[in-house]
Amino acid sequence: MTDLLAVEDLRVDIPTHGGTLHAVRGIDLRVAAGETLCIVGESGCGKSMTALALMDLLPARATRRAARLALEGEDLLRASARRMSDLRGDRIAMIFQEPMTSLNPSYAIGDQLEETLLRHRSASRAAARDRAVDLLEKVGITGASGRLGQYPHQLSGGLRQRVMIAMALMCGPALIVADEPTTALDVTIQAQILHLLKSLQRELKMGMVLITHDLGIVARVADRVAVMYAGEVVESGTTASLFAAPLHPYTQGLLRCIPVPGRTKRGRPLGAIPGMVPTPIGPLTQCQFANRCPHRAAACTAGAVALRSVGADRAYRCVLPPDAAMALGRAAA
Amino acid sequence: MSALLELTDVRRRFAVGGGFLRRARTLNAVDGVSLALRRGEVLGLVGESGCGKSTLARILLGLMAPSAGEIRLEGRPLAGLDRRAVARRIQPVFQDPYASLNPRKTVRSIVGLPLIVHGIGTPAERARKVAAIMERVGLPERVLDSYPSQLSGGQRQRVAIARALVIEPEIVICDEPTSALDVSVQSQILNLLQDLQRQLGLTYLFISHNLAVVEHVADRVAVMYLGRIVEEAPSDALFAAPRHPYTRALLASVLTPEPGLGVPDTQLGLAYPNPLDPPQGCAFHPRCPLASERCRSEAPAERDVQGVRVACHLA
Repeated sequence: MTDLLAVEDLRVDIPTHGGTLHAVRGIDLRVAAGETLCIVGESGCGKSMTALALMDLLPARATRRAARLALEGEDLLRASARRMSDLRGDRIAMIFQEPMTSLNPSYAIGDQLEETLLRHRSASRAAARDRAVDLLEKVGITGASGRLGQYPHQLSGGLRQRVMIAMALMCGPALIVADEPTTALDVTIQAQILHLLKSLQRELKMGMVLITHDLGIVARVADRVAVMYAGEVVESGTTASLFAAPLHPYTQGLLRCIPVPGRTKRGRPLGAIPGMVPTPIGPLTQCQFANRCPHRAAACTAGAVALRSVGADRAYRCVLPPDAAMALGRAAA
Repeated sequence: MSALLELTDVRRRFAVGGGFLRRARTLNAVDGVSLALRRGEVLGLVGESGCGKSTLARILLGLMAPSAGEIRLEGRPLAGLDRRAVARRIQPVFQDPYASLNPRKTVRSIVGLPLIVHGIGTPAERARKVAAIMERVGLPERVLDSYPSQLSGGQRQRVAIARALVIEPEIVICDEPTSALDVSVQSQILNLLQDLQRQLGLTYLFISHNLAVVEHVADRVAVMYLGRIVEEAPSDALFAAPRHPYTRALLASVLTPEPGLGVPDTQLGLAYPNPLDPPQGCAFHPRCPLASERCRSEAPAERDVQGVRVACHLA
């Protein structure tokens, strides 16, 4: 079976005064139809740049290179700007973090929803309107036909994000790219939106790339996970296997940092990752996590560390042999 | 035991909208809150955006006067006390260390300023105090001559904590102190706040939307919804057996890193109330899966159920 999305050796470079910033330094991703891949990492790890690179929406200064970037078998690296603009919103749709800045404030939401369909399909206005009402109802907005004339500022944050989701679904895309879709929302609304996204995904059999900083979200929605650190994927695998035994010391450290009611003890210190993320400028000469790693050894700084496969669908970027990494991972889980 | 800081039926109204030929509407941001903060404890205050928790913080810091109700600091009304005397004892740590530090001042002058404002010590003593608090919050001395823009988010939040603690307050109002930080930095700041609380015998009001964080730090938790406290209980009791349906929904919404559980259906419905036009009866009833006829018409009074304060007809 061919993958819905196949990415090999994706790189994003951004020129800065201090030199070229390697925001994404050669990552591989794949998503099957109906599958959710979560890309998780902290600020500056390159996860949002990855999302924008998939959509061909990078800032003008940034350059994208890859060995392969294919959606439904079509080579996106060779796609013209016009072809990409045909695909975006149709086969591949994006949901952004802040619906207030990604919806147009001066158009009614009905017009914005309908425009998506009219741009890609030869549909009548009336048909587009029907589709918009259907989808608004599908994302749980009641009295949808009465809402078409409302403007984004008249809606709450949760409703706006529902409108964004409806808009992404207008053409029935094969793949949704969602960049922190619930980060700006309240916790109860976050749960509602994620619940909605998952059930729509199941129903419509879409693939999804969900970008988040929250390992809690990853555990609850992902089928497979890629953990990013300083522009690299440092660990990937199925959600169950990754949480059962995280293999990379960074993933292990992250999991120890999170308070979990009933598991972490009140008043006891949480785990911590000392130090700071390196600035990704210049060539890779060592493990990028080495200066923060509790298991640092001479091999870590001797050269760049390659991604190491264990089993069919599991990989990690660390010099520790699999059995040692596995033992540390089980202790951290 | 008497409370260090006690709020009785505190209210704060805002006039919203209003303009030419249009009458302003009233927003009850804080709508009758009674709370007691005991010396040496961490009281968690949980709620979502617009519930009034930050307005309450501003009132406690003396940055805003309540429209009604009374606040007492060790039994004496806050309203009668000098602003400066209150600030000496109650200090804030805000959410956004990017916005709450003056970008044109060095860390040395940011942390030292409260000492000057309160006329504490000679210049040499002040320098010593600044150095001591920097060490306590885990910042190297070289940071003293940096500007906020040269620091990471975690370092900035440490500066904000140093600034709050340099005059040795008794109460610290922590308003979402880790919400803008990455998880690995959040854990460092939470650890630091807990260490300081223990070492210095501080009392915290810890405001957050993140129940998992609150569970980790707070001895007691108060849950706020549309300007009111709907439940208040010791942390263990609240997390073991939440009584208010809103608390239960909040708890269900905590997405812990446990695969296989999926995303819970909170059954809250869509109707997030407009605070300008709060629902009749119980303010939570339009979202409540258990709401009955009585909830729609009659606002529930606060009741004491086995040491838990709860405002719900069904609890």
